[in-house]
Amino acid sequence: MYNFIYEKVNTIEEVEKLLNENEETKILAGGQTLIPTMKQRLASPSTLIDISGIDELNFIHDNENSVTIGSTITHHEVSSSDIIINRIPSLASLAEGIGDPHVRNMGTIGGSIANNDPTADYPTACLSLNAKIKTNNREINAEDFFIGLFETALEENEIVVSIEFNIPKKSSYMKFPNPASRYAMAGVYVSVFDDAVNVAVTGASENGVFKWTEMEEALSNNLSLENAKNIKLSSDGIMSDIHADSAYRANLVDIMALRAVENLI
Amino acid sequence: MPTVNINVNGQDLSTEVEDRQLLVHFLRDDMDLTGTHVGCDTSQCGACVVHLEGKAVKSCTMLAVQANGKNITTIEGIADGDSLHPVQEAFREHHGLQCGFCTPGMIMAAIDIINRKPNLDEKTVREELEGNLCRCTGYQNIVKSILAAANK
Repeated sequence: MYNFIYEKVNTIEEVEKLLNENEETKILAGGQTLIPTMKQRLASPSTLIDISGIDELNFIHDNENSVTIGSTITHHEVSSSDIIINRIPSLASLAEGIGDPHVRNMGTIGGSIANNDPTADYPTACLSLNAKIKTNNREINAEDFFIGLFETALEENEIVVSIEFNIPKKSSYMKFPNPASRYAMAGVYVSVFDDAVNVAVTGASENGVFKWTEMEEALSNNLSLENAKNIKLSSDGIMSDIHADSAYRANLVDIMALRAVENLI
Repeated sequence: MPTVNINVNGQDLSTEVEDRQLLVHFLRDDMDLTGTHVGCDTSQCGACVVHLEGKAVKSCTMLAVQANGKNITTIEGIADGDSLHPVQEAFREHHGLQCGFCTPGMIMAAIDIINRKPNLDEKTVREELEGNLCRCTGYQNIVKSILAAANK
């Protein structure tokens, strides 16, 4: 790994100052993606800003119709939080399926969504649960946040502060993990609200996480296995690699969607 | 170079580290605690697992400076003098190792599993060992050792 200057900060203002004063900065929270990337010299920031000690990023709040999770909350903290387990159990179980226990003790929700890996789990939760992503200077709807592969709406000097998830009537996340990495080869998050059914898909598209509108329309009419079975994901634009070609992956998405719907009826 | 204050196995240390030094290299090269191993060096195998504030983490995927002000426990810090830790004892008793390379990480992971999960069953142990690879045992006796330690 190339050398860098490590800065540990205690406030968001300190992060903003360092971001404004330095070029080639990276934010370090849990480091479970960033440090391996730096070890491989695929990233070589000159300044690394450790935000893990900022108290105002480290909270889980229960609101009337939503829960808000601070960006430095770890996957383990989400999966073991009584608030999350009671209010959105599918989100707790999503967090428990990320990586392995050691990774979950360090990796954070803010890091996951800011990285927007096309096979990450949390972006589906954001899209499916109509999340609002709060940064140090604005609030962004999840649909406007995830732009493409490893690309988000975050500006150079912007960091994720918290994520607010709406509480659905019911929801389910089903994924087919890559047996080695546990990243999703196909992951489908279905959430039922009074006025809509949201379906978000990860691990599949060449453009990263997306909302599967055909499936949403079919399930909004009637949440049934039959309706879900009638919709098939086209393999156009679906990733193809040594683990699964695009047709196989598209089929995995269909099956994960069926399993999620099965949990909801 | 930044100065870090780290408590390793109950001992307070104040020392300089390079910003980019990984925790595992700090432990092995600077502290001479070579029980923590570097296996894959890509966050997968778990041979480098240590406890940070009592929680299992991969020390190859963490900077030494991130441990500033924190408590670290390595495999060298769990026995009580000449008496093995109950999980170490269970691995000895149930032949939970063959070559032994993965064992420090397995034992540190096992202690974390037992701390977090009451009423462990075989399926849970196998799921929880997701982040630890063993190329010798086929996991059978590792699982047996962890269940035996949990039931003590």
